[in-house]
Amino acid sequence: MSTLPNSIRSGPDASGHFGAFGGRFVAETLMPLLLELEQAYEAAQNDPSFHKELDGLLTHYVGRESPLYFAPRLTEHFGGAKIYLKREDLNHTGAHKINNCLGQILLARRMGKTRIIAETGAGQHGVATATVAARFGLPCVVYMGEVDTERQKPNVFRMNLLGATVRPVTSGSRTLKDATNEALRDWVANVEDTFYIIGSVVGPHPYPTIVRDFQTVIGNETRAQMLAQDGKLPDLVVACVGGGSNAIGMFHPFVDDAEVEIHGVEAAGEGVDTSRHAATITKGSPGVLHGARSYLLQDAEGQILEAHSISAGLDYPGVGPEHSWLKDIGRVKYFSATDQEALDSFQLLSRLEGIIPALESAHALAHVAKIAPKMRKDQAIAVCLSGRGDKDVFSVAQALGEKI
Amino acid sequence: MSRIAACFAELKAQGRAAFVPFVTAGDPDFDTSRAILEALPGAGADLIELGMPFSDPMADGPAVQASSLRALHAGATMARTFKLVRGFRQRDAKTPIVLMGYYNPVHARGAERFVREAAEAGVDGFIIVDLPPEEDAVLLKPANAAGIDIIRLVTPTTHDARLVTVLNGASGYLYYVSITGVTGTKSFAENDVKTALARIKKASTLPVAVGFGIRTPAQAAQIARIADAAVVGSAIVSVIAERQKDGKDKIVAAVSELCRALADSIHAQAGAKVRA
Repeated sequence: MSTLPNSIRSGPDASGHFGAFGGRFVAETLMPLLLELEQAYEAAQNDPSFHKELDGLLTHYVGRESPLYFAPRLTEHFGGAKIYLKREDLNHTGAHKINNCLGQILLARRMGKTRIIAETGAGQHGVATATVAARFGLPCVVYMGEVDTERQKPNVFRMNLLGATVRPVTSGSRTLKDATNEALRDWVANVEDTFYIIGSVVGPHPYPTIVRDFQTVIGNETRAQMLAQDGKLPDLVVACVGGGSNAIGMFHPFVDDAEVEIHGVEAAGEGVDTSRHAATITKGSPGVLHGARSYLLQDAEGQILEAHSISAGLDYPGVGPEHSWLKDIGRVKYFSATDQEALDSFQLLSRLEGIIPALESAHALAHVAKIAPKMRKDQAIAVCLSGRGDKDVFSVAQALGEKI
Repeated sequence: MSRIAACFAELKAQGRAAFVPFVTAGDPDFDTSRAILEALPGAGADLIELGMPFSDPMADGPAVQASSLRALHAGATMARTFKLVRGFRQRDAKTPIVLMGYYNPVHARGAERFVREAAEAGVDGFIIVDLPPEEDAVLLKPANAAGIDIIRLVTPTTHDARLVTVLNGASGYLYYVSITGVTGTKSFAENDVKTALARIKKASTLPVAVGFGIRTPAQAAQIARIADAAVVGSAIVSVIAERQKDGKDKIVAAVSELCRALADSIHAQAGAKVRA
């Protein structure tokens, strides 16, 4: 029998591993940079002026704290547990991504880096990165799969407006995985002046930890807000999982609370029994991609498979190493929701609560639709509404067979 | 003595540097790849780096990326890579073969099985680009036991303190990455490489091969004057890409022609080497 550590929040270990996951699987060129980044991050964490600057920006630039909203009509509709929505969609730039980008660009400035690069899937992280780069006057290049530049055109335009250069990536499946490859190639070629702002809790150590720490504000606020509004911790916490940054940010402050059940929801695409899904933890196996050991969608030869989801932000064949570990130790349970279920929830929340959710977040809601009716009315679910759905109206209209 | 050690000892006695071509196993297809591999020693190759195809080659530029994808589209697998090496070994017992690639296909097979099959096929060394010393214990132990060298990468960002970590466990030779960047995208600066080699030679007695930024016979000659080996990859697989439609014989002839020019240029530098 394996024994759990005293706190599930204490990872990773000194070499960046969460159990058998994580680590630093990168070319030698990048190793010294990662070690340098780790030191710079530690120094920043111990520097009160770093936190003061970040907190000020989160309050006055992002608009934190974000509300925890009790959704009465959705609760009534499902007829079970009370449903609370953590409104990350109300952040500046419309998603949780900005929390992490601000933290990382402050780190970049401390390290004297003068050029910013990022990868993006749905474009939310690209927009958030372009935003903070504009705010601090640094040039910014965003790598985005060519397929994604097509299905998320409004975000490409936003990034351009913000002064960033968007480079469409035409290699491989032309989605997030390939954009990440290309960003890594850029970084290797420009190590002197460039800071790579990774958008999710993926990549080599210390990135999964850095991104998690900057996103933990979501769960910390939710925890306090639940205690204030509901008088107790939630019975269940739910978030969608692509790479898993909104989920880890939401989950982390709750993982040591044994009474809180935690569910992550992956994208099942056209179904987990088809070849077209992005349910990495549900259907994948451990492997090494983009600098870390984690669950992956891969074939028997270790070649990476293409992921599929209607949501570009979940369309990734990997997942954060800490999620892989939380799955293996049994602390978090992972489920999946299909494109169709997400589309249904997208419309349901729009009509019942007047909130258009991001397609990514709609996956979390689709899981709630299955669970909430089975729970008691005195129980509560806290769901991370990680982003708003304005960016998705074109692809949703297309999926519904409507022209706009 | 291992094939790699014997190769560098012989070259040292002759006072010349090694020509090391890189090709991807199964590019553009299994039969052509086998013919290319068999032609390389005759075209002047002293040691061969054989790429293991991977869907997501993060450290490679467009030429090697395309090469990897051609091989995968033609049905390349790890078993077929070993089959290529086995076939080559039956005809050539001397030329060392070093497998180069990324960790996930090795991980998927299991490191111990991978090493066992590689040893049986006649592989002499491994370069796993995304497996730094901090993570490679899983491969190092079985490889050492099987007499297969782990060739470590040293880069322009590898400072002196870190070099100690990189050298600990390194064997066969060291691979100096002459540029900060992916394969086949920039050219090296001779003085920078010279300075780096002096630094490496002070810390290690292993031979040092230089690669990542060498395309032409002239550049190869520059490297041959200051290093123990010059590795050329992107330029060679680009020839395979250009001639892909021309059929096996013409592809092999074109690759051989380029390799012959590179090898002659490298081997003409005999005795001119600066030793630290």
